[in-house]
Amino acid sequence: MKRIQAREDVCMACRLCEVNCLIEHSRSRDPVKAYKKETPRAMPRLRVDEKSSVSFATLCRHCEQPVCVYSCITGAMGKDPVIGVVSVNQDRCVGCWTCVMVCPFGAILPDALRGKAIKCDLCVHRQTPACVENCPNRALMVVEEKVAVPAH
Amino acid sequence: MIETKYLIIGNSAGGIGAAEAIREVDRVGRVTIVSDEPYPVYSRPLISKYLAGKTTFESIMYRTADFYDKNDITVLLGRRINVLGISRHRAEMEDGEDIRWEKALIAVGGKPIVPRVRGLKKKGVSSFVTFDDAKRIEGLIDSKQRAVVIGGGLIGISATEALSKRGIKVTVVEMKDRVLNTILDETGSRLVDDVIRKAGVEVFCGRTVAQVVGQPTKSNQVGAVILDSGVQLPCDLVVVAIGVVPRLELATGTSIEVNRGVLVDRHMATSVPDVYACGDVAEAYDFVYGANRVVPVWPTAYIGGRVAGYNMAGRKMEYDGGTAMNSLSYFGVPVISAGLVAAPEGQGYEVLSRLNGARYRKLVLKDNRIVGMVFVNDIERAGIVFGLMKDAVDISAFKEAFADDDFSLASLPASLRAGRRETPGWSLFRPVVQ
Repeated sequence: MKRIQAREDVCMACRLCEVNCLIEHSRSRDPVKAYKKETPRAMPRLRVDEKSSVSFATLCRHCEQPVCVYSCITGAMGKDPVIGVVSVNQDRCVGCWTCVMVCPFGAILPDALRGKAIKCDLCVHRQTPACVENCPNRALMVVEEKVAVPAH
Repeated sequence: MIETKYLIIGNSAGGIGAAEAIREVDRVGRVTIVSDEPYPVYSRPLISKYLAGKTTFESIMYRTADFYDKNDITVLLGRRINVLGISRHRAEMEDGEDIRWEKALIAVGGKPIVPRVRGLKKKGVSSFVTFDDAKRIEGLIDSKQRAVVIGGGLIGISATEALSKRGIKVTVVEMKDRVLNTILDETGSRLVDDVIRKAGVEVFCGRTVAQVVGQPTKSNQVGAVILDSGVQLPCDLVVVAIGVVPRLELATGTSIEVNRGVLVDRHMATSVPDVYACGDVAEAYDFVYGANRVVPVWPTAYIGGRVAGYNMAGRKMEYDGGTAMNSLSYFGVPVISAGLVAAPEGQGYEVLSRLNGARYRKLVLKDNRIVGMVFVNDIERAGIVFGLMKDAVDISAFKEAFADDDFSLASLPASLRAGRRETPGWSLFRPVVQ
């Protein structure tokens, strides 16, 4: 399963990942139009979390046991059985924020304006996710396998 | 006679969770879902959206119309099982047909509590739990102007909001001293109470309904509600929303061990071989209390159902447990709460809270571990707290971080951060190593 992994040792909180994610998920995919013309403006599907000198992008892990999908009260959330991507069907989401409550990473973002939950879709329509491709410091990487890390 | 490998009684979150887990393990064993409701699976929490008039039945369906076919599930709707038939593994339906089963799951949910109040049989009185309830109320409200909702809990306030949106003047009668007293603390309740009243709803707390009386000309039709204080509230609709209790009929009088709900172990197995239970009917492990509890919420029903399903199909799986958790939005105010929302006094609990205008965060701690949380109007990072609570993380080294405006994963200590930043996922249940 493909995932995007963030590294805090080289992230400088420039937020270009957020910018490029927003553009990628805008209607025009044009930077100026996306920011200046489209209303409501698209939202990035990830967020740079920052505290003094610590920063990294927080985004969906597309968990094997997706608590957000299991908890979704409408059936809007699903995990693709083949490629493993966890996604939100925007037509079915009612903005109850149950997924926001249960995601231990805070990786699902409430779009209060539209009343919809939004999250990383792994840019499945692209070869490389927009955030990864545009990170100047390679603080975002695509990993293919489960990474062996201590639990915590 | 119907023969099935897996018999799932109940067609809501728990039953569907089980069926989906079974199909991950066993593609061929026959799965039969029986429900006394005539509808394909729908989202019970969304009946308030339906009643508010914003949506159709199709849009509150929990799975697509082809769900049962696609997963090769036999579904018997509008049919009721009267007897589970444990010793012979043979259930009896009300209509006389039997079902022979190998593994059975009791996922029948809860039923509304009916208070002992005179006049509740009158026309114009309804509970608010199922889609039929929503339809019944919908059929009643055309000409109705005023409603009384008995019970200021989660279901009562949902009904209140839906009816208000239909232009009906609603009065809520809550027995305890504040609305939403089981899912919120005092401050949280007050914030919601404010918006409810601003929306034109009348709220009576610390009061009960003594009697429902009929109309002067039609005595079997609701005309008013009389409170224990003697106050009379004229109305043409009464919604009874005191809460739900487990539907224990299938377990009562059998060898299945029952407390407040059907008792299950960490595999969601009952005390009887081959019989499992989940959802609102079950009393399963609560990780906050460290003991079994009835937790009637959608996410734990589905996840517990999944655990049951894996075990029924032979993949041994152990449930980490659930706890009370609710994420709701009342009149535009988002509310999230989980675990123990109000610290019992004098038992070594600690509270961290911050109120900033109407934005509220609160954590309840015991031995430096989070055991409860309340978030109102400020919900974006609630999940991080929920995760720390479920994983019983000692937060003594970074308690002050929770008060920060920008609290996030970056606020956690390095060791914890690394795990949460890099982990390929989170777990809710674990395979049993044999």
